[in-house]
This record gives sequence, C-alpha cells and structure tokens, in this order.
Amino acid sequence: MIVRELELDLDAFEGPFDLLLALVLKEELDLRDVDLAGIVTAFLERLAEREELDLEACGEFLVLIAALLELKARGLFPDEAAELAELEPAEAAEELARRLAEYRRAKDAAEWLRERLAAEGDRYFRLGPAPLAPKVETPLAPQDPESLARVLSMLAQEPPEVSLSHMALRFPPVSQFLERFRALLRRRSRFDFETEVGEMTRLEQASAFLAVLELRRAGELTIEQAAPFAPIRVTRIAEENIVREERTSEWTVRSA
Amino acid sequence: MDSPLRLIPTDPLDQLARTLEALLVVASAPLSVEDLAAAADDDPERVEDALRLVGERFAEDRSGIVLEHVAGGWAFRAAREEAAACARLFERPAQRNLSQAALETLAIVAYVGPCSRPDIARIRGVAADSSVANLLERGLIAEAGRDSAAGGAVRYRTTPLFERVFGLESLSELPRLDDVGADAAEIRDRLYAVAEKRSA
Repeated sequence: MIVRELELDLDAFEGPFDLLLALVLKEELDLRDVDLAGIVTAFLERLAEREELDLEACGEFLVLIAALLELKARGLFPDEAAELAELEPAEAAEELARRLAEYRRAKDAAEWLRERLAAEGDRYFRLGPAPLAPKVETPLAPQDPESLARVLSMLAQEPPEVSLSHMALRFPPVSQFLERFRALLRRRSRFDFETEVGEMTRLEQASAFLAVLELRRAGELTIEQAAPFAPIRVTRIAEENIVREERTSEWTVRSA
Repeated sequence: MDSPLRLIPTDPLDQLARTLEALLVVASAPLSVEDLAAAADDDPERVEDALRLVGERFAEDRSGIVLEHVAGGWAFRAAREEAAACARLFERPAQRNLSQAALETLAIVAYVGPCSRPDIARIRGVAADSSVANLLERGLIAEAGRDSAAGGAVRYRTTPLFERVFGLESLSELPRLDDVGADAAEIRDRLYAVAEKRSA
C-alpha cells in the first residue's frame, strides 16, 4: 500500500494524497481549509480493508500527517505558537485542555442547534423584507389664502425697467490727465492721488486713474500704496531714466 | 371563565385584539409589543392583555394559524400539524443543508458573539470563511461592527431570523453549556501524563 496514492474525498480537496501535499507545499491550497481528520479516516479505512498491518505505510503516514498537523497548527496560531512553546509543559497542557474544552463546548452547542432545528422543522412562517413604513406627512399650520395671493401678486408684477443710462456715459479723455499729471510732476517730485482727484466726478477720477497707470507703464512714475484703500502715492522717476514713448492716441474709455 | 370567542364584539379589548391580528397578519417579521402599541395607538399593557386573547384564539390544535412569541416579538406562523402541506408548497431556504461546520460556526456566533472570523477559527481549529459566508447568505448571522483594535476584523452576531428559525424567544433561551466537565478533565489528565513524560 502506497500512502501517496491514497485517494481522498474531502470538502476542500479531492484526489490523491501526494497531490494534496504538493498543493499545500506550493501554497495553492490553504491547509486551514483541509479537514486532516478526514485524511486520517480515509487512511484507516484503507488500512482496515487489508488483511495485514502494513507497518511501513503506517509509519510513513504518521510522519506526513504529523507534519501537516504541525503546519496547520502554526498557520492557525501564528503568534500563539511561539507563546505556547515558552510555556512550561504543565501550563501548555492546561492551555491546550482549555482550548479543547472550548471547542467541545462549541461542538455541543452545534449539536443542540441541530436537534433544535430538527424539532422545529415543522415551523412555517412568512419570510420577507419588512414592508415600507407609511410616509410621515409634515403637518402645516392653517394658512391664510390672502397671504398666498399677496405673495403671488408680488411675483406677478412687471419687473422694473433695466436702466441703460450708463451706455451713454462718456469718459473724459485719458490724454487730458496724462498732460496734467506730467505737468504736476515737473513741478513736484510726488503727489497724493486722492488729493489731486478729490474734487472730480467719479468718471473723471476713473480716467485720471487710468492716466496714472498709463504713465507708470511708460516708466515716468512709480505708484505706492501701503495697504488696500490706503492713500496712493505717485512719485516721479528721474528725467534721464524715462524712456519717452509718446502715446497720445486719443483713447477714450467707454463703459463696459 | 368565559371563552374569549364569546366576548361581545364591542368590548374594547376585543377590538384591540382584532387590530393586533390585522397588524400581525400583514407583518413579515415578529412585531414587538412597542411596535404593536404604537401602531394600534394603545397602551402596551393593554396590548399584552389583548395578545393573550389573540394567543387563545390562534393556538395549536385550535387554528391553522398560531401566534408565537419569538425573536423578541410576536408573529403568526403555520400550525405544526399543517407542516406537511406547507412543505409541499414552500421551501425553507434558511435551514436546508446546514453543514456541521456551519452549525458549529453558528453556535460560536450565538454563544460568543459578536465575534470575528479569527475568533471562530481559533475555537474551531479551521478557517471559518466559507461557513461565515454561507450563514451570511442565509441571513442567520449579520455584521455587527469591528474589533476595537486598529483595522479590526468584522464581527458577526446572529439575526432575529436565527431566533425565529430555531424557535427562540431570545438568545438567553440557549442552554448553558458549561457542564462538559467530565470530558475536559479527561483531556487534561491525558495531556498532563504526556507533559510529565516529556519533562522527565
């Protein structure tokens, strides 16, 4: 009798013993899924079929199954295997006995459940998802129809006419301010923008500001502002540094 | 004592009993006394009294429908006598072919739960993945949070369906199983014997 050819019919595996070993060693089959007691049973059955006791086969089988058992035990208790090894023999025995007793309890409980299931097998009842609960309606306080009418009439009104007056606005030409600021900076080295434009209309102020930006672009002055909304200080740049770029094209700005 | 069937229909408790019957026949899962009281818009204590009336009407040997207290609530089921007829028309998918592995896993979840797959594997000595998946699919167990450790494994507990299938009012109806003393002592003695040989 050759142990390796032992035919197995387990939940996790069906085939000869040596194939099982090969799969386990290649880690293609998780030993945790394999019922080792089933292998022992299969071997004992084969053994019982024979007239003689095949000691050689028994020995080989013992070695193999012991190795599998050890592998499986290590796999199941990766950390505790080391823990258990450190225990004194008596402690280890106590711990093993505790675990076996725990499993025995689980088995007994399973047996009780099996009997219970058989005894309760004639109980038929309706199974199904819980029906939907009715929708809860949020109750409203009694309403006054007049107030609804009032709100509706507000919505029904003609919208106010959109003003187009700004379309006709004409900005004063920027060039006018270019000249003015250049003249100013010939007399003084710096000025406060706000002070200079304080008397003007908003449109004039806008054009004046564009003029300052234009002059800065041309490199004729610098602009400083300590913080947002702080006074804008305009400073002349020395004459010799100025790259003259006469740009007197009369660009006027229209509102966007 | 008058039979409840002869109570005059205008009796308020009898009216409540009818309401409860209506609720229970529509329900697909056991209803708690609180559920019933809320739906019937009545007092829980009166609901319990009315349930006794309903229970007398719908009892084994008296009716094809039986009222039972199960899974923490009240539900109608078929009378046991009618099981054969029911079996010809209906299947009980949650209960068919529960393997030994599935039963052991179920027992561990019922007694120890909520517990994780590693907990189950530790007790059973084999991986519990397939029996856990099987029981989940049958609706006998359900997820119940995770282990408190970081990245903890999913834990499982039994469902009300489990209690219903096994005819339990609650998990506390499971028998105590700590009296396996004889077996445990015998195992311990044998292990001691081996341990002594080794240390000798």
